Amino acid sequence: MDDQAQAASQAQAQAQAQAMVGIVIVSHSARLAEEVAAIAREIGGENVPVAAAGGTDDGGLGTSLDKVIAAIESVDQGMGVVLIPDLGSSVLTAKLVEEPGSVVIADVPLVEGAIAAAVTVGGGASLPDVLASAEEARTFRKL
Amino acid sequence: MDTSFFLAWIKEAATAVQAERDHLTQLDAAIGDADHGANLDRGFAAVRQALADTPPETPGAVLVQAGSALIRKVGGASGPLYGTAFRQMGRALGDAPEITPAGLVTALEAAQEGVQKLGGAAEGDKTLVDAFAPAVRALAQAVQDGAKLADALETATTAAEEGARATVPLQARKGRASYLGPRSVGHEDPGAASTVLIFTALRRAAGQA
Repeated sequence: MDDQAQAASQAQAQAQAQAMVGIVIVSHSARLAEEVAAIAREIGGENVPVAAAGGTDDGGLGTSLDKVIAAIESVDQGMGVVLIPDLGSSVLTAKLVEEPGSVVIADVPLVEGAIAAAVTVGGGASLPDVLASAEEARTFRKL
Repeated sequence: MDTSFFLAWIKEAATAVQAERDHLTQLDAAIGDADHGANLDRGFAAVRQALADTPPETPGAVLVQAGSALIRKVGGASGPLYGTAFRQMGRALGDAPEITPAGLVTALEAAQEGVQKLGGAAEGDKTLVDAFAPAVRALAQAVQDGAKLADALETATTAAEEGARATVPLQARKGRASYLGPRSVGHEDPGAASTVLIFTALRRAAGQA
């Protein structure tokens, strides 16, 4: 193995060691989902895998199963994925793709839950820990 | 009931939803977000397209395919809910080429169970369940009593209509309308209204058979 190949293999091993839980923000609005994902990444760390799945396929308000599935695939590093839906059809669509132990739903306020999850992911936590941390955001008091 | 019966049902449902699109949206404008008619119409258009693109060979396949298209294309809460209803029905029918009335009852019961599990609504919450559940009960009873299929489905449709009307005085406990609290009283639930259309379509399909 030459130096370059060795470096590549080390980088790959390192990447695997640093695999993180993914986060998917599911919202009725594409822009809301994007912005929540952006703030979660900003606070949790730019390497935290956060994807947005907002709006319908034709850009309207609502939920797209295909967008949710694509978002899950884009952040899945083998450590599991937490879905954070806003409400209504986002929650129902998330429930359709739920897979116990690998794709789980956090029943939390969108912004607070996303930030709590991202910060915990950034610290290298496991799926159950990320979910637990996100769910603490449900009772988090601001005042 | 064979594959063509179930295709006829879906076609009737799509036609009814299209015809009642504005009415459903008006009902939804009163207590929801005024998209139920448009969403469901878009969903059923996608269903017809999917069934035309890859014609299914069994009754179960018709319903699974229809349900999947609704889940993908509706965009609102009615997509996952009706989509799950049709998919669960289709799964319950399995690969059978011909469905008995008793088989239809079992499949509709599976559909209702799937909807209630996904949405968490019970009867009285002012949702589509308020039309769906009495319709399934009435159908089950009529089939058990040995009624002819068309008559049994007439009874089921009447029960769905009565159930939908009975949502008017209810206060919503699920979905967007629940945020309105007491202000949701006095309006028919749009989901219950669209469920009436789906049962009416089923009866019409039986009338053609």
